[in-house]
Amino acid sequence: MGDQRIIAIAMSGGVDSSVAASLLVEQGEKVIGLMLRLWSDPNQPNRCCSPHDMTIARQVASQLDIPFYTLDAQEVFKHHVVDYFIEGYSQGITPNPCIECNRHIRWNFLYQNALALGATHLATGHYARIAFSDNHYHLLRAIDHHKDQSYVLHMMDQDRLAHAIFPLGHLSKSEVRRRARLRSLPVADRQDSQDLCFIGYLDYHHFLLEHRAPISPPGPIVDIDGNRLGTHKGLAAYTIGQRKGIGVSKPYPLYVIQKEPSRNALLVGSKEQLGRDTFMVDQIHWIDGSEPDQHIQVQVQVRYKSPEIVSEVKLIESEKVFVRLESPLPDVTPGQFAVFYNGEECLGGGVILL
Amino acid sequence: MMWDGIYLDYAATTPVDQRVLEAMLPYFRETFGNPSSIHRWGQKSEAAVEQARNKIAQLMGCSASEILFTSCGSESDNFALRGVAYHALKSRGARHILIPPVEHHAVLRTAQDLAENHGFDLEYLPIDPFGSVSAEDLESRIRSDTAIVSIMYANNEIGTINPIQELAAICRAKNVPFHTDAVQAASQLSIDVKSLDVDLMSIGAHKFYGPKGVGALYVRSGVDLLSIQTGGSQEAALRAGTHNVPLIVGMAKALEITVMDREVFNQHYQHLRDQIFSFVQRHIPDVHISGHPQMRLPNHASFVFKGIDGNQLLIALDIAGIGCSSGSACKTGNPEPSDVLKAIGIEDEWALGSLRVTVGRQTTQGDIDTFLEVLPDIILKLRRTHG
Repeated sequence: MGDQRIIAIAMSGGVDSSVAASLLVEQGEKVIGLMLRLWSDPNQPNRCCSPHDMTIARQVASQLDIPFYTLDAQEVFKHHVVDYFIEGYSQGITPNPCIECNRHIRWNFLYQNALALGATHLATGHYARIAFSDNHYHLLRAIDHHKDQSYVLHMMDQDRLAHAIFPLGHLSKSEVRRRARLRSLPVADRQDSQDLCFIGYLDYHHFLLEHRAPISPPGPIVDIDGNRLGTHKGLAAYTIGQRKGIGVSKPYPLYVIQKEPSRNALLVGSKEQLGRDTFMVDQIHWIDGSEPDQHIQVQVQVRYKSPEIVSEVKLIESEKVFVRLESPLPDVTPGQFAVFYNGEECLGGGVILL
Repeated sequence: MMWDGIYLDYAATTPVDQRVLEAMLPYFRETFGNPSSIHRWGQKSEAAVEQARNKIAQLMGCSASEILFTSCGSESDNFALRGVAYHALKSRGARHILIPPVEHHAVLRTAQDLAENHGFDLEYLPIDPFGSVSAEDLESRIRSDTAIVSIMYANNEIGTINPIQELAAICRAKNVPFHTDAVQAASQLSIDVKSLDVDLMSIGAHKFYGPKGVGALYVRSGVDLLSIQTGGSQEAALRAGTHNVPLIVGMAKALEITVMDREVFNQHYQHLRDQIFSFVQRHIPDVHISGHPQMRLPNHASFVFKGIDGNQLLIALDIAGIGCSSGSACKTGNPEPSDVLKAIGIEDEWALGSLRVTVGRQTTQGDIDTFLEVLPDIILKLRRTHG
């Protein structure tokens, strides 16, 4: 009670959030563990919040001697993440549900609830850093660039950064595992979560089929000259830049170059035909809260794990920019997010249009 | 990091009284014999069990042979319902079971199981908006093939006290076995089974500052029931299993303290509880008392707040250092209004926001002051976030 700060840590039963919690406790903070109950396919366990994960998270909390609570987020998660995911594929784009989960679930639902419940801050096991200078909060890449997750946090705003804590931002993944072992946390050797938590052990294409997403039916696979090379099994099953599993062959390797929902065609071609260096980005959010100058030079990242490329960004209208890359990228994908950086600092980002 | 705390959930469980703990300790290591053994070690333990039985019988106004030891209140409830129902079916083909729909799950789920899997016919007694049963309603529903009537003495969730004496009298007149679940009531109300004139009564020690894992069932002599746990011939061959000697001794001691000092404790409880009632009603909008405002356990306050998630309210209170409960306590975070609140006709919008605050022997005026200081802010904040 009183004016002491109380830090809510988002726990998942994984190694990252568990070590993050233990770091906070060691720093002498007053910590509470919160875990979200997320929607999952009724026939499949949610891989991030199964009863087993919950048991482990509870164990970690009890080992750290912090209170632990679960919050029901099934409905908001279904609406903002799962339905968005299904709808995105139905429209022929490649959605990024992890970003929408951070936007709507972690950094809105959980954030609002944590503060309403009496916490003063929300901490997560994300690999990213926060700095404060010039009267602004800045989101920085994690020290360990391989694990950096600033990409999925580009929607953070000044208010959230002021109340956010990322205890792992200055640690490497191996250091995190070492600390988990050192403290005998029951999570030290748990695997990192991969892919989408809510589809269970299905692949996403089967998930879409099972949930009767109005995805496109099979259609033609064509090359850049309009020759029909075969039949695809529905555009949602492919992603731009993909090489394996297209199902047609040429003397040279074929790549998915583009999806054309208007004629339900999958455009394929050689590696040289793949890639683009200009695109538009919409619904842009800037972390410092103000639009930049007309014309800026930044680095852009078009996927969670893709390299950053120097680019020119031209403001077209509010929340919309035109991006010209210094060199083309093979996997610029509508629906994914373009996130802008200035050195270590994440400036913000938005949705890629073509 | 230390967390200060104010415990206001004495209806969930109570700490073991120091005197009870001391009474129990010799029976873990010094007097450890099996009461069923022939030798002196066994005899000493047996004497302790029988002494405890005598004491409890005396406190409940019955003879020692009418007290059976069980492992908890829920087992006592199960034993009463199943034991009597199975016997009634076997001896006179009776299949009808009468309970109100607001019973504790130990009775409710047991009766439902008897209906679903064992051929019984379960009928729910009507209740008023406070969750209590009237003598007229009971009288009109008893049938010649009624196997057992079970009506809780006081409701764990909403505190309402039933007119047990009146209800028992009706069953007595119609010659139908009457059980009352007194698990929540025993810490505060008279459990004199002779003046209440019930046939069966369940209690559990941890609700009255005794240890967890032990309970008792009063079975009036002449009431027949079948065993539901078979094996050795303990408890008149009705309930097999080696006696848990220290816990039985502890229960007797705890009940003794409870009955002896009942009036003093109750005054203390009611004084604090009434402050909670009047403050909340005066200072927080959109709130109702659940259960009867007067005919209720003296240590028990329960509310429903409109537009609040009860689970979150409990979390927020805990973070503020206060341990309370709700009707729908669910650790997994899946909000569902409680069966009891639904049965007394409270709409979901209110029923989800339930809060139970129960005071105890250790509760101080300062505890209540602190609780009432933080509650309005918490309600306000939660309503702002979800409104």
